[in-house]
Amino acid sequence: MTHQYECPACGYIYDEEVGEPDEGFSPGTQWAAIPEEWFCPDCAVRDKADFSPVEDPRRSAGGE
Amino acid sequence: MSDANTISDGVTDTYRDKKRYFWLLSPVWVLAPVFSVYLAYITGIGSFVWFTFVFWYFMIPVIDWMLGSDPNNPPPEAIERLEKEKYYRYLTYITVPLHYLVLIVGAWAVASMGLGWFDYLGLALSVGIINGLAINTGHEIGHKKPKFERNLSKICLAVTGYGHFHTEHNKGHHKDVATPEDPASARMGESIYRFAMREIPGAFARAWNTEKQRLGRKGESTWSTNNEFLQPLVITVVFYAALIAFFGPIVVPYLLMSMAGGYWFLTSANYIEHYGLLRQKEADGGRYERCKPHHSWNSNHLFSNLILFHLQRHSDHHAWPTRRYQSLRNFDDAPTLPSGYPGMYALSLIPPLWEAVMNPRVLDAYDGDVLLANIDPAKRDKIVQRYAL
Repeated sequence: MTHQYECPACGYIYDEEVGEPDEGFSPGTQWAAIPEEWFCPDCAVRDKADFSPVEDPRRSAGGE
Repeated sequence: MSDANTISDGVTDTYRDKKRYFWLLSPVWVLAPVFSVYLAYITGIGSFVWFTFVFWYFMIPVIDWMLGSDPNNPPPEAIERLEKEKYYRYLTYITVPLHYLVLIVGAWAVASMGLGWFDYLGLALSVGIINGLAINTGHEIGHKKPKFERNLSKICLAVTGYGHFHTEHNKGHHKDVATPEDPASARMGESIYRFAMREIPGAFARAWNTEKQRLGRKGESTWSTNNEFLQPLVITVVFYAALIAFFGPIVVPYLLMSMAGGYWFLTSANYIEHYGLLRQKEADGGRYERCKPHHSWNSNHLFSNLILFHLQRHSDHHAWPTRRYQSLRNFDDAPTLPSGYPGMYALSLIPPLWEAVMNPRVLDAYDGDVLLANIDPAKRDKIVQRYAL
């Protein structure tokens, strides 16, 4: 079961299945393994603690 | 594109963007040194090359004062359409090669027009202003999510040797804005000259460390070709070496001065954008409150906004950094600058005048409680004594 987490400021989605390879989180990296001080890579307004789980993770992550 | 679109919740979007074609002023203004070199060339009057510098520092503040503010916002139902319309982003894309063109035309002029030292200086300072605008263009593009735009941003920033801005601005400044930890947020009582000594080296060091950490997490060497600090630096070195090889060593002082001009332009922007403003610590004492519109100085001055891709709508930008320039909003309760950036840049050069104008505005932003401001530790006692309730 994969989970997605969304930045409340800009809508960026961290998808465990996809990871964030540019940031050094390879596909499959669990949310729990992301450092607490990690900030949204798109807007940097919110950090990990502010992200919320996506209710319906079927929709695709990322994009504009 | 039709003017009326019915969107999902049944609200009809009939908004017409009156500024739509006026945004062309942003790329056109970038070409100012090219027009002025042309004028100097056909008239034989070298001093025309001073135009960009003089217009920025002396004439735009007057135009801003005459044309005044435009506090209008697009209605919420029009934002999505505005954001998606490709026209607006194409304007930023075409501006990137224009920045390269300006640096090349300037190099040609100093190498072949036989300018005296005074006009040589004027041209270098003028191109320096436009180099600063290259950081503005790169800034607008670099905040967006598509990879194409992020790469284009690095190419644009490389014009003035400030490629590390891409890393430090997006991952450092935006994270730490309006806190003492941010080298690009000015403190109350800090002159722009002291600020520059903290901001310029701070940006280099923090960008390098951010990239080192990121590449470390990826398991790559710091010297990898994926290093976003080094990528634009390579472009800068190759481009500048080519200009020197082609036009000769006479362009070296020009290149150094116009690059420094670009740096100073950014330092000035950073200095005025958050001067004295502070995000307060949350009740548990650990984290700073999230960035809100009142953590940045805003300016609605019409003319300077039109030539700066709306950079001065800075309060909205910091609260929602991925929003595109055409849809940035005014907030009536955001702290407000008395002039656009050109006027404020000029004012910042004279620290006592700057403080006389801005310190009371910082106090107003905190209802007179100076202890809530971001104060320069070296001036803290003096400032608290002077302004304490």
